[in-house]
Amino acid sequence: MAVSKIYPSAEKALAGLLRDGMTIMSGGFGLCGIPSVLIEAIRASGVKDLTVVSNNAGIDDAGLGILLQTRQIKKMISSYVGENATFAKQYLAGELEIEFNPQGTLAERIRAGGAGVPAFFTRTGAGTDVAKGKEEREFDGKMYVMERGLRADLSIIHAWKADTEGNLVYRMSARNFNPIMAMAGATTVVQVEELVEAGQIDPDHIVTPGIFVQRIVHPEKIDKRIEQRTTRPRA
Amino acid sequence: MAWTRDQMAARAGKELQDGFYVNLGIGIPTLVANHVPPGISVQFHSENGMLGMGPFPFEGEEDPDLINAGKQTVTVLPTTSFFDSATSFAMIRGGHIQISILGALQVAENGDLANWAIPGKMVKGMGGAMDLVAGVPRVVVLMEHTAGGKAKILKKCALPLTGAGVVNLVITDLGVFEVARPGLTLIDIAPEVTLDEIKSKTEADFKVAPELQQRIGA
Repeated sequence: MAVSKIYPSAEKALAGLLRDGMTIMSGGFGLCGIPSVLIEAIRASGVKDLTVVSNNAGIDDAGLGILLQTRQIKKMISSYVGENATFAKQYLAGELEIEFNPQGTLAERIRAGGAGVPAFFTRTGAGTDVAKGKEEREFDGKMYVMERGLRADLSIIHAWKADTEGNLVYRMSARNFNPIMAMAGATTVVQVEELVEAGQIDPDHIVTPGIFVQRIVHPEKIDKRIEQRTTRPRA
Repeated sequence: MAWTRDQMAARAGKELQDGFYVNLGIGIPTLVANHVPPGISVQFHSENGMLGMGPFPFEGEEDPDLINAGKQTVTVLPTTSFFDSATSFAMIRGGHIQISILGALQVAENGDLANWAIPGKMVKGMGGAMDLVAGVPRVVVLMEHTAGGKAKILKKCALPLTGAGVVNLVITDLGVFEVARPGLTLIDIAPEVTLDEIKSKTEADFKVAPELQQRIGA
């Protein structure tokens, strides 16, 4: 019987995986589908000088924002970081590096990295500052920019449901970057809201096959916050 | 009289066709969802991994797992699908989304667009804008004609570009320009706005479409 992928806590799920200066991919879009419990465990570990690949940087007191407060992040690779005042302060003080990637380029770099594709060409950013210092090539009369695949020492992600094999299902727009980051991490740790025995998820409904998931934690409670609460009046 | 934000959105709504998959940017473009012409059906795409975006939820029915690219709570429709971010941008880059309607800081007469960075200010990032303008076949800019009294439709963008030669149509509170390559053509004008007013508030050169010339007697 294979070694169990189930760990009793986020701290134990990350044990032996963290070291200063490493690169971590962190799933989510805004505060939706972020591995919040794993981020808290990384904060508690005190690991530092991290390069973090994530579409956003959380807000001041939630998501990756809590690792900015403790200055554990050295560099962010992101597409948009607008909701975080701590980020702006550290960046303007020269304490934090940022590499902006167009969102689709970031997603494709991660997908490619996980799929063993070292580089690809995209129209995105051709003729802009994003193309500076990168190889450009013409295909079918149009200019394309070469972008590199991206991998990480560790990916931390959020899924709605896992089985004990690590097969994952996501819930609505909380899917976002999580499935591709699962593929691009040398080790991938997932936090889940529900954990079931292997065989309990219809194989046709699995989004991330368990091969991409090494460790699973099923916390008692996952706090899910709403960044922009927008509603309409009842008729 | 200049168009209101809602009238601008309604003018942009006329660019939608039945069966289109549509991406709307943040700000005035969001209002276009309220101005889909009667009798046509479109699906709204959200970069974070959703197609078939429904309206805001009723109070008490917000779900933290169900947001749009502006991080606002939304709802599902019978047509809705969810997918990962790489698939979402495959739709964009692969030309499967028919139209992108987005805001701008500056537009140039050659179709260059700047909407993500102002040197000297904290840059928040380009998000999905660069992918949208590079991959979507029809790019419509919806913006105020000027900012702080300064022209935004220019001979050449001064700000860092989001895309080079990507804009097809510009809708402002004063008028509508088609972007051919090269050159701008004014094709519509808001009521009681004069050609002279538009000329004085537009740095770029532009032609006036013959139909519009006839209408306004210019």
